[in-house]
Amino acid sequence: MAEQSHEHHIVSPKVYFAVFFALMICTILTVYAATVDLNRHFPGLNIIVALVIATFKASLVVLFFMHGKYSPRRTQMVIICSVFWLAIMLFMTMSDYISRPWS
Amino acid sequence: MHRTGELYGQFETMDQQRETASLGMWVFLVTEVLFFGGMFMTYTLNRSTYPDIFAEASRSIKLWLGAVNTVVLIGSSLTMAMAVWSAQVGKKQLVTIFLIATLTLGSVFLGIKAVEYHEKYVEHHIPGLNFSFEPDADIATNAHAQLFFSLYFAMTGLHALHMIVGAGLLLWLIRQSLRGRFTPEYNTPVELVGLYWHFVDIVWIFLFPLLYLIDRH
Repeated sequence: MAEQSHEHHIVSPKVYFAVFFALMICTILTVYAATVDLNRHFPGLNIIVALVIATFKASLVVLFFMHGKYSPRRTQMVIICSVFWLAIMLFMTMSDYISRPWS
Repeated sequence: MHRTGELYGQFETMDQQRETASLGMWVFLVTEVLFFGGMFMTYTLNRSTYPDIFAEASRSIKLWLGAVNTVVLIGSSLTMAMAVWSAQVGKKQLVTIFLIATLTLGSVFLGIKAVEYHEKYVEHHIPGLNFSFEPDADIATNAHAQLFFSLYFAMTGLHALHMIVGAGLLLWLIRQSLRGRFTPEYNTPVELVGLYWHFVDIVWIFLFPLLYLIDRH
């Protein structure tokens, strides 16, 4: 494997301010979305929209503020593992819980 | 231990040393994800079981205070990111200024949180302390509302505890920064505390819609 040379990447303040601006817009959007009854179109749409926006915001923070985009592959793998393990916990527990006879 | 300048003996280059440090920090953050994950798990389970009472209890929290706190915390992430940048380009004074700005915004967040907790105390919404969701609510409603508020206090409390630890770390960084310790060659502590601070920000990004915005229409 050719060792990648990671010239230490410095993220410019322009990027940081753009990300901050995007996060602010998403915050306004998520508050606005909560005041609209989306569930009437599709049950549970409100929580889906809220979580999609939150996940998008979290991704921006990880990629730019936390330099995830510019990190070496092995660091990126560790980042993805955290999400993966969390998903295992949520998915397995919930699929057990909702398939129990009394619920 | 053998050390050349800022480079410790077991590393070949500064880049390798820096990447190792940030990898270690990320591994710690993975354990933090699972730590908070247990709470999010409990929340998901209980909310799916008692959706209506969770929505009603959520509406009793002041939305605008939570929204302002979200802006404040994301703002503090911006100043933290700017502190890292200042260190990387060698602007020593700016490092201190941005670290102080981050600490200030973090303190504002905790202050607003304290106001919110006080409000819940006045409304008898703290589980165990004369809890009463509504004076005429039946036993089941009160019990399930209590469940929501237990989760509210556990999750925001654990988050606030992380903020307090972060504030302590920032104080330590500010002290080092005032001595001109952080340079383009060596700024690992600023970067790692930055990772921690942004992580705490991400936790709030999920807590805000899950606790404040369940049903506001």
